[in-house]
Amino acid sequence: MKTIRRRHTGAALALAGTVALAAAAVHAQGSTAEEIAKYRQMLAEGNPAELWEAAGEELWKKPAGPKNASLEQCDLGKGPGVTKGAYAELPRLFKDTGRVMDLEQRLAYCHVTLQGLTQEEALKNPFASTGKPSDIERLVAFVAGESRGIKMNVELNHPEEKRVYALGQKMFFYRGGAYDFACATCHAVDGQRIRLQELPNLLTKQGAQAAYTTWPAYRVSQGEVRSMQHRLYDCLRQQRFPEPAYGSDVITALSLFLARNANGGTYDGPAMKR
Amino acid sequence: MKQAHKYAQGTLATFAMLACMGGMAHAEDSAKPAKATKPANVTAKVAAVSDADMKKLIESSFTSKGPATVEGVLDRDAMQKACSDYPDRSKVPAAVAKKIEAAEFKQIKYPADKQWLGDWKEGEKTAQNGRGMQFSDAVGSPNGANCYACHQMTKAEISFGNIGPSLYQYGKLRGDSEAVLKYTWGKIWDSSAFAACSNMPRFGHKGILTEQQIRDVMALLLDPASPVNQ
Repeated sequence: MKTIRRRHTGAALALAGTVALAAAAVHAQGSTAEEIAKYRQMLAEGNPAELWEAAGEELWKKPAGPKNASLEQCDLGKGPGVTKGAYAELPRLFKDTGRVMDLEQRLAYCHVTLQGLTQEEALKNPFASTGKPSDIERLVAFVAGESRGIKMNVELNHPEEKRVYALGQKMFFYRGGAYDFACATCHAVDGQRIRLQELPNLLTKQGAQAAYTTWPAYRVSQGEVRSMQHRLYDCLRQQRFPEPAYGSDVITALSLFLARNANGGTYDGPAMKR
Repeated sequence: MKQAHKYAQGTLATFAMLACMGGMAHAEDSAKPAKATKPANVTAKVAAVSDADMKKLIESSFTSKGPATVEGVLDRDAMQKACSDYPDRSKVPAAVAKKIEAAEFKQIKYPADKQWLGDWKEGEKTAQNGRGMQFSDAVGSPNGANCYACHQMTKAEISFGNIGPSLYQYGKLRGDSEAVLKYTWGKIWDSSAFAACSNMPRFGHKGILTEQQIRDVMALLLDPASPVNQ
């Protein structure tokens, strides 16, 4: 899906109309006039994801857990406490675990090692639902926002990174399940749509960059900031695959494949999407 | 979403492309997917990863839920296995494609009573319905065919996808000879029998739709009274 530019008020009217139309087609809730008013207001005010980023920064700095420690010493790949540009280089191999990890696996690792949470506690409530906001989505929005304006630079230097990338690539083309779908069924050709929803061709640099550099994103239809973990979770659901565990290796492998394909693109999230 | 004028252009291009395809007899049979431009892909070949490694990845990552099971993804049939090896399904070698099509063709089950057509109104409901077989669905709940996700069908429904060719005026253009009825049933039952590695689910073979649902969708495509043929 196309990203709605931050504070691009020049095109606000045209966009509001188009977006409202699309939202109405998918979620027939609220009248068109109400929807237009809602989007106008949002475009005037900026991206609601900023609220998630701000809340995430607070969570990052706040002592918590049995060890009453903050996450400020968390090593996201560029050294303890370095958030600037970290997301643009993830997923990557971490020497201390010997594993390729995405941002969310790494945040869970820091929740355990720095704050003393159990693995189970660290992986709890990754996706917000009504009345149950997710701290993880807030932290992810903050860390991702710290890479805004930075070029994607995911390296495959280590054999383990190459191995995981190959797994992700293989998974992308892996057809299975009741509908015989693979990721490639919908994301390997330019100019395709499901209903009116445009589908990025994730095998081209341009397509991968446009998609990857705009997640996480504030989903207007859901009223939440959703992470790459959530995006892939929901793709796999629609692919008629079984339920992927949060922070599982299949998500990291697919993320690495997509992030690497997006190399060179300027990170521009958290964005706002349908 | 693109801005309105861009969308309009895209739609025109799509119509032009589909019109071209419609000109070919049974364009679906030629195993050529709808293609727009063809930029250089960052991925040319599928990586060499062993089946054992994939099994480990899938088993450690997924949990069966509702109608979507881990076994359903692990235990792939010959078509799923072969087609996973060709990132670009228009480049499946002819010999491989022939073999897949022959094997899939044998799996088609035609209606014993030769009742091909049901109620197009029910077919329209099934064509609009995108539910079914997701881990968020209940086991045994009726599945939709979600035709509009990929195909243009009627003039009235403007929210249609373009992964598959337009089926607008399907019956009007082809008539309702036994050959057309048989082909259309077979295509819905097992799309890979006519176009190896088709993106379209094998609605009959995989038990997605019931025979009656297929009859209704057949009527949507072929009944002269159906909005598809107006």
